[in-house]
Amino acid sequence: MSWHRLVAMARKEVLQIIRDPRSVGIVVAMPVIMMLAFGYGVSLDIKHIPVYVLDREGSWQSQDLLKRFQASEYFNVVRTVDNYPALVRAIDEGHCRFAIVVPWDFSRRLNAGGPVSVQALIDAADSNTANLAIAYSQAVVQAYSQKVQLDWLRRRGQSSVRAPISIDARTWFNENLESMDNIVPGVIAIVMAVIGTFLTALTIAREWERGTMEQLISTPVTALEIMLGKLAPYFVIGLLDTCLCALLGIWWFGVPFRGHWSVFFLSSTLFLLVVLSTGYFFSVVAKSQLAASQISLLATFLPAFLLSGFVYPIDQMPAAIQVVTHVLPARYYMAIIRNVFLKGSAITLLWKDLFSLALFAVILVLLATRAFKKKLT
Amino acid sequence: MTATSHAIEALELTKEFPGVIAVDHLSFAVREGEIFGLVGPDGAGKTTTLRMLAGVLTPDSATATVAGFDIGTDPEGVKHQISYMSQRFGLYEDLTVAENVRFYADLFGVRRAERERRAAQLLQAAGMSEFGSRLAGNLSGGMKQKLGLVCALIHTPRVLLLDEPTNGVDPVSRRDFWRILYALLGEGVSILISTSYLDEAERCHRVALLHQGRLLFCDTPAQLKKTLPGTVVAVASPDPRRLREALSGVEGISSLTLVGDGVRLVVDDGARRIPELRARLASANVPFDSIEQVPPTIEDLFVEAVRESSGRGE
Amino acid sequence: MTSDAPAVMVKDLVKRFGDFVAVDHVSLEARRGEIFGFLGPNGAGKSTTIRMLCGLLRPTSGQAMVAGLDVALKPEAVRQKIGYMSQKFSLYNDLRVMENIRFFAGMYSVPDSVLPERIDWVLEMAGLKGRESALTGTLATGWKQRLALGCAVLHRPPILFLDEPTSGVDPISRRQFWELIHQMAGEGVTVFVTTHYMDEAEYCHRLVLIDRGRIVASGSPLELKQQAMKGELLLVECEPVGTALELLQTAPEVLDAAIFGSALHLVVPQARSAIAGLRGYLAERGITVARIEPIRPTLEDVFVSLTSNKLEERSTP
Repeated sequence: MSWHRLVAMARKEVLQIIRDPRSVGIVVAMPVIMMLAFGYGVSLDIKHIPVYVLDREGSWQSQDLLKRFQASEYFNVVRTVDNYPALVRAIDEGHCRFAIVVPWDFSRRLNAGGPVSVQALIDAADSNTANLAIAYSQAVVQAYSQKVQLDWLRRRGQSSVRAPISIDARTWFNENLESMDNIVPGVIAIVMAVIGTFLTALTIAREWERGTMEQLISTPVTALEIMLGKLAPYFVIGLLDTCLCALLGIWWFGVPFRGHWSVFFLSSTLFLLVVLSTGYFFSVVAKSQLAASQISLLATFLPAFLLSGFVYPIDQMPAAIQVVTHVLPARYYMAIIRNVFLKGSAITLLWKDLFSLALFAVILVLLATRAFKKKLT
Repeated sequence: MTATSHAIEALELTKEFPGVIAVDHLSFAVREGEIFGLVGPDGAGKTTTLRMLAGVLTPDSATATVAGFDIGTDPEGVKHQISYMSQRFGLYEDLTVAENVRFYADLFGVRRAERERRAAQLLQAAGMSEFGSRLAGNLSGGMKQKLGLVCALIHTPRVLLLDEPTNGVDPVSRRDFWRILYALLGEGVSILISTSYLDEAERCHRVALLHQGRLLFCDTPAQLKKTLPGTVVAVASPDPRRLREALSGVEGISSLTLVGDGVRLVVDDGARRIPELRARLASANVPFDSIEQVPPTIEDLFVEAVRESSGRGE
Repeated sequence: MTSDAPAVMVKDLVKRFGDFVAVDHVSLEARRGEIFGFLGPNGAGKSTTIRMLCGLLRPTSGQAMVAGLDVALKPEAVRQKIGYMSQKFSLYNDLRVMENIRFFAGMYSVPDSVLPERIDWVLEMAGLKGRESALTGTLATGWKQRLALGCAVLHRPPILFLDEPTSGVDPISRRQFWELIHQMAGEGVTVFVTTHYMDEAEYCHRLVLIDRGRIVASGSPLELKQQAMKGELLLVECEPVGTALELLQTAPEVLDAAIFGSALHLVVPQARSAIAGLRGYLAERGITVARIEPIRPTLEDVFVSLTSNKLEERSTP
């Protein structure tokens, strides 16, 4: 292999990248935009769910219950109505997601020792929100119910009664239960998967389209030199972009960084090798820039987004799908990078994922090398 | 015949694509130090042949040696000895003239001092010395072509393969181009050039006329012209169509073509027919300015050859 | 073939782009049924002139009348009167023959009443009857070219512009094509041809050579070969040709020298008087001349001698 020729390929590629305004845009603007878009856009917390209330009774007890809903940060009592059809209409028209109907005999039943039920109407079009809303509301009601019972017991002289079981929840690794901390490291993986593949997907196809490839392959340069020479600049760019995203996550979104930078760089290097080789492979196979870019976006974005554990935890997926995720390099990188930011485990605990990632890197690099032939078909 | 070493030797070269035989058992040889022309219209197989010789396309059968290397067994070895200039010139439009030259120099392992010396020399010969920092995409067609040649020559190949380098280029630039090519012969380069401009065939030392993948003729232009049966006669007249009417069906004329200022005939015996034609036109009262024998062109030859080969029932 | 009013009349046409004068007071006249050739180096102003005549570019000054219409005042109407054919770029390869025809018929607004007849005529002329559903991309070059011509004249324009129509086409197809053009010219169509292909230029009735925005020569091909060239042409056969060329570049009386295969073409002011001198000049330097005689210049010789040898080139605008 000739170092000279390899450097020549890399130099040419760098010049072309610098002079193409689109690639500069992709390299600089896209990661930042994607980070911001996903970071702020994908919020898994549900807060301030709009609630309408129909209090048929209007007693101090019903008001007490409703105040608890108001006080909860998950609910926001927007309005009180005085008839049922208005409530239904409100849900239909989307003014609220959640509605509470307190029955006319609420306090009477409560004072008689129960049971009494409060009706909740939920807009379940968004089942995620709906489930959470149900869970939260039940929590509120449970708490109130418990309080009522304790009060009742105390009034009968059991003053030392306490609630039998309470949960002392300590949330590790994400104390504020900020989904942001969970999302942002994941976004880094998504961004690198997409950009890494997209960048290189154009490079070979472009030379074919412009007619320079035919002449290039008539020179002594080898297929390996072409590949390494072309990928080298993109590798450097990819690494810089990963750092950019990481820094953005830490400084802008305030995500903690508990792991070691060496793990970060090692895993990112491996992942970059994977995605750059994938993009290169698409470029060789597709032969047109348009086709290559479309394939690369489809083949990286969707799987990375849906199956890597970014939004939907892998262990919640059906078993068959879980098996499929094992062939997705993004899955391993996602796990590692989340760990690096939020947990900071020792590298020995990450060896499985790192090994898988390394294996993928080797396979894909080999695949890309083999795919390109110095011949016209 | 003396066994001069051949720069290129092709033997029964064949390449088929779905539905079409692009190159059909083509055999020819290019001697060292000559300019050899592959001449023929679009679809004749010129580009396919050059691509095979450059090692970028695998032939279906048989083989060829280029600069002593067999393209079948050692296509990469060939590439160190040749320069190939594809139809699209292989220029990087977003790189400057100097960057393009440097890139190709590096690919061929030309050291820096040598590269700078040679680049200066070549760019000057091409009249492009002040254009070093201009983007290749901003050059005119003729200059792109010259830059392509400079890049091809930045190392000194033993064989130069040029695929229609003068396509769409005006005659002045074409002449400049050929001047550079001739100068190369002094450096021991052998050149294979393809062209669809039949008049460029005249400039080559030897020419192979191709038609639909097959070789029609291969010889020096002068020899080829001697093979044309008959004489070419040009009749100039302000009314070519009337001229044609008057001459159609006349004995001894094997072909008649309408041109801008008259007609062009191929007759069996010039000495005999010219006076006959003169008399005939005079008696038919058809005005004409001159009747004279003219040297045949490669096009005349080509038409004759194709007619003959289709007459042979191909 | 003649008619009183010229089909195309151009007078002192000028086009400026900023400071750059692309077309510099060009004047010409083309009669009905004339085949008019435009020659000139790239960037000389040919395409600019053609674009103005097609109504695609507004002249800076001067006048151009095409089919009786002023191109500056009625460019849209002018475009209805012209047909344009560029062999390499006209047709859609992924459409069928008939689909291409219909497409261009639509582009030129050919009325439905005459459409069937025109379609028939195009197919007949191109020899494509029975192949209407062939994919255009699968046709051989000669057929494609005739089809392109047919599509360009569906609306029977009185003026036809051809841009290097037969370059790369085999000579037999080329001759057939030009037969068609001559036929159309005979029926009164005026044809403008731009080309770098000297063989193509021979088919024109009259040629105009443009350099740096100006007309530097005009006449029939024969006239140009006989009269236009500055000097006369000599053929010299000697060995070694390369050395001879270098020596002759600086010989007295040699205006230009070029190699043609194994011979040299020299441009000298006067052939007869130069022969003896040159023979001696070369003999003194050790080169024996095998043959030296005057030859008729080709159109290319004329072209080269009349157009400048540009050292400084502008980038294509």
